[in-house]
Amino acid sequence: MSMKPVFERTKGLTEAATHYCPGCTHGMIHRLVGEVLDEMNILEDTIGVASVGCSVLAYEYFNVDMVQAAHGRAPAVATGIKRVEPTKFVFTYQGDGDLASIGIAEAIHAAARGENITVIFANNCIYGMTGGQMAPTSLIGQKTATTPFGRDAKVQGSPIRISEMLATLEGATYIERVSAHDVMHLQKAKKAIRKAFEVQKTGGGFSLIEVLSTCPTGWGIDANEALEWIKSDMIPVYPLGVFKDSTKEMK
Amino acid sequence: MALLEEIIFAGFGGQGVMSMGQTVAYAGMVEGKQVSWLPSYGPEQRGGTANAMVVVSDAPVGSPLITKPTVAVILNNPSLEKFEPSIKPGGILLINSSLVTDKSERDDIRVVEIDATNIAVELGNARVANMVLLGALLQMTGIVSIDGIMDALKKVLGDSKKHLLDVNRKALEKGFEIAGELI
Amino acid sequence: MSKILMKGNEVIAEAAVKAGCKYFFGYPITPQSELVAYMARRLPEVGGLFLQAESEVAAVNMVYGAAATGKRVMTSSSSPGFSLKQEGISFLVGSELPAFLVNVMRGGPGLGNIMPAQSDYFQITKGGGHGDYFCPVYAPASLQEIVDLTQVAFDTADKYRTPVIMAADGMLGQMMEPVEFFETEAPELPEKTWAATGERGDGGPKVVNSLHLDAGSLYQHNKHLNEKMETMRENEQRFESQFTEDADFVVVAYGTVSRIAMSAVKEARAKGVKVGMIRPITLWPFPQKPFEETRERAKAYIAVEMSAGQMIEDVRLAVNGHAPVEFYGKNGGIVPTSDEILEKILAVAGGDHK
Repeated sequence: MSMKPVFERTKGLTEAATHYCPGCTHGMIHRLVGEVLDEMNILEDTIGVASVGCSVLAYEYFNVDMVQAAHGRAPAVATGIKRVEPTKFVFTYQGDGDLASIGIAEAIHAAARGENITVIFANNCIYGMTGGQMAPTSLIGQKTATTPFGRDAKVQGSPIRISEMLATLEGATYIERVSAHDVMHLQKAKKAIRKAFEVQKTGGGFSLIEVLSTCPTGWGIDANEALEWIKSDMIPVYPLGVFKDSTKEMK
Repeated sequence: MALLEEIIFAGFGGQGVMSMGQTVAYAGMVEGKQVSWLPSYGPEQRGGTANAMVVVSDAPVGSPLITKPTVAVILNNPSLEKFEPSIKPGGILLINSSLVTDKSERDDIRVVEIDATNIAVELGNARVANMVLLGALLQMTGIVSIDGIMDALKKVLGDSKKHLLDVNRKALEKGFEIAGELI
Repeated sequence: MSKILMKGNEVIAEAAVKAGCKYFFGYPITPQSELVAYMARRLPEVGGLFLQAESEVAAVNMVYGAAATGKRVMTSSSSPGFSLKQEGISFLVGSELPAFLVNVMRGGPGLGNIMPAQSDYFQITKGGGHGDYFCPVYAPASLQEIVDLTQVAFDTADKYRTPVIMAADGMLGQMMEPVEFFETEAPELPEKTWAATGERGDGGPKVVNSLHLDAGSLYQHNKHLNEKMETMRENEQRFESQFTEDADFVVVAYGTVSRIAMSAVKEARAKGVKVGMIRPITLWPFPQKPFEETRERAKAYIAVEMSAGQMIEDVRLAVNGHAPVEFYGKNGGIVPTSDEILEKILAVAGGDHK
């Protein structure tokens, strides 16, 4: 009698073991993307763009053709790919330092042009790879390596809400913020990611899914506390929901 | 002697100095000469003084940038002030005297003043003043033929402005004739 | 085809189209803006794409993306904008992506001005971005030579999987000269089996990447890059020598300045000075052969540049102590005149030449 597997590795990811810290949700977000690509049967037609930051090695994890981009430039690189390979699926996977700070111009203009790409934006309010420095998305009062006394709006400014900001652009088609802090929210996140790639499939234009993500190492707390922190501290500043959906208008 | 004319066309932006130079360069190319055309560029071409430097030669063109022109075709006072001193001794200073009120003080060059704009008005189109000047230039240098210039104009004007070819030819011939009488 | 009169910037663009480049990502900057405008009109005609990026930084990264799929692609800029592209150029080298990059040089540093200059020589020939690398650099002296070298540049880029640079100056970009486009035979080039175009039908996942976290791995990668560069050093030098067989003195100049210097060389010859001319056509690899051939005999070399003296360092290395190397140059948008260069030649030659 054969056993029915209840949990399998998705074909969307390679067999490489990820380098992410315990309690980090990057791995889960990767999996969601991999599952969606597999379920849509587009693994062979997809080119992913890895960015700089903790997800810099994403090219080792996604089981698709991958291009590694310079810090912040993933949406420009994705633009170059998509414009010359318009029938392929192109996505970027970027963190908040990469997208919201050094790469904000590239992100805004890719959205404004309505590039038919999908951006997976993992927001964990911190620079993880470089050792826990302040990100543009860090919360007021948040202690980081470069805001040892807590982020002070008067000194370091206020957090940038990328989803809300990009939603103001006519070029953006689908923008949703989701969270990776529990199973229910992960399921919602997967639906959102699926929706984004469906938008791309129909030539719908720019889609971005912001996923609130943990960084227990950078935040200096344990994995469970980190999941709790998303709920208690991040979501009040970064409310979940759909900020832009012009797919209905398009129909 | 081998042909080498280094010509500067200078005036205000919008007076047509760029296209005058291009017309000569094009005609030179069609007639088998070596040519180059170099414009002044950037902010100064929008409203300020503008110039085009044209080399027409039997041999491959060395510098497209002209520091000592053999000919200067001048359409405004600032350009006269700027380029008059640099003309090679024995060279030619060709002035549209309808527009340029200042006088040249050099006696080691040939100064030719043509009332080009008024002549063009008499021909029925003030905009062919530059062709009157070009006619004079051809008379004095022989760099290209009137037919060569007309070939170039056919290309520049295109079908939509074909009707202007006739008045342009008249202007060229008039300038050619006047310069012939002056020298 | 017959000769046509075109602007240098437009010649670069048309030559690229003729070389099979269908994709252009750029950003306007004087004095190369005509190139951008030409591509905006022209590329749709060949089923290609022109895209104006939000910055030079974005433009070069779009080039990186398009190049990663194996397409012939280019960008162009002028000095301040070319500085911004350095990050992307370093990544192109690291990821071994072919691309055609044009720098129509203007006066610097900083915003400088929009007049012609050759002041980016160090930047374009010595790497320019971070890391150990060189890119082939082509320096045409005439518009016809732009046509020829553009084809060569694209082929070299594909052959070695490297970005290549065309170095022009504002004068070359803005001037018009007659040019003729010839049909050329496509050379045999390696298939782009590395291109990331989606896996369908072409085997396992392709990764285009410049990251090698392990020191040993990066060392091996750099060794491979370096071997490629050595091969290019051997095989890709281009130059033109004139009047060097009996030359006591040799002028060295490239690009438009070489034309002006050539006028001075001919005038000096007419005065009885045995002076020759070496014109590097590739600035990297810098041609060694013409110096090896002349340095035993030559009494002095004179580097002439539109800079404060940059190529002169490569001339000194190539002359390798056999003769003194003198310099004449102007920068900031001032172009050396043939009279000034002649005067320098006569001063170096000494004696009485009237």
